[in-house]
Amino acid sequence: MNDPCAHCEEMMQPYMDHILTDEEMAQAEAHLARCEYCRKRYKFEQSLRIYVRKAATEQMPAELRQKLAALRIPLE
Amino acid sequence: MAAAVGEGVVLAGTVAHMEADAEEAQRLATEARDRIRFEEDALALSDQVYRVARHLASSREDADELMQETYARAFRSWRSFQPGTNMRAWLLRILTNLNIDRGRRQQRAPQMQPLEANDYFLYDRLSEDGDGVSDEDRVVERLSQDDIVTALSAVPHDFRDVIVLVDLGDFSYADAAQILDIPVGTVMSRLHRGRRILKRELAESALEEAT
Repeated sequence: MNDPCAHCEEMMQPYMDHILTDEEMAQAEAHLARCEYCRKRYKFEQSLRIYVRKAATEQMPAELRQKLAALRIPLE
Repeated sequence: MAAAVGEGVVLAGTVAHMEADAEEAQRLATEARDRIRFEEDALALSDQVYRVARHLASSREDADELMQETYARAFRSWRSFQPGTNMRAWLLRILTNLNIDRGRRQQRAPQMQPLEANDYFLYDRLSEDGDGVSDEDRVVERLSQDDIVTALSAVPHDFRDVIVLVDLGDFSYADAAQILDIPVGTVMSRLHRGRRILKRELAESALEEAT
């Protein structure tokens, strides 16, 4: 891996979070357009984030929903 | 004449009293309505709060208890919520404080954390172990749901909290900073390192399965 790729790797998280400056964004995109090595890894990162989110999402148990509703303070 | 004036004074006093009662009744009715609306809004957010709480807490049971304590406290102190501000963040601020109060954060600031892998490490690891399939969407599927939940729970609290709030809960850096009572810069650095730690954990579980 050469230096532009190392730099691109450093930019990956900020890029996905949309917090790069316009100039940094343009640099990252220019590199990604010509580097399949980094492009694959960026694509993977994108899929990974979606996948982690899906895998970690648990529905709230119905019982807990009822318990929370029962905590409401009754009207006097 | 004097008697009529006296009656008038008494009448005026009674009217003033009745007006004060009516105002008080009106105030109580408004307050009751506001409180009911608050409770309904808070309950409507409970699914979203749980999604985050589940991984801020150490287990499903802890998440269950924390949710109940949070809602009990929120219902008691509803007056301190400022209408028009972010209620989900307000609820999670309560939940985070309760989590800290309950002493569930035994892992402290990770001075001793091993150096996490770089960002490309997990992809390299998974694509090496694979069958040469290069479709990035398929590479990610080599991880099971269990791998992900286990890896996430292995990330130390300080890092996990920000990952959970930002990546699972969709909170902005600023909201996460407010909920956790830490500077925005700290949110950013913990997020950066936390995601790398998560990937290191995922790579380890993928490696264990391969052997």
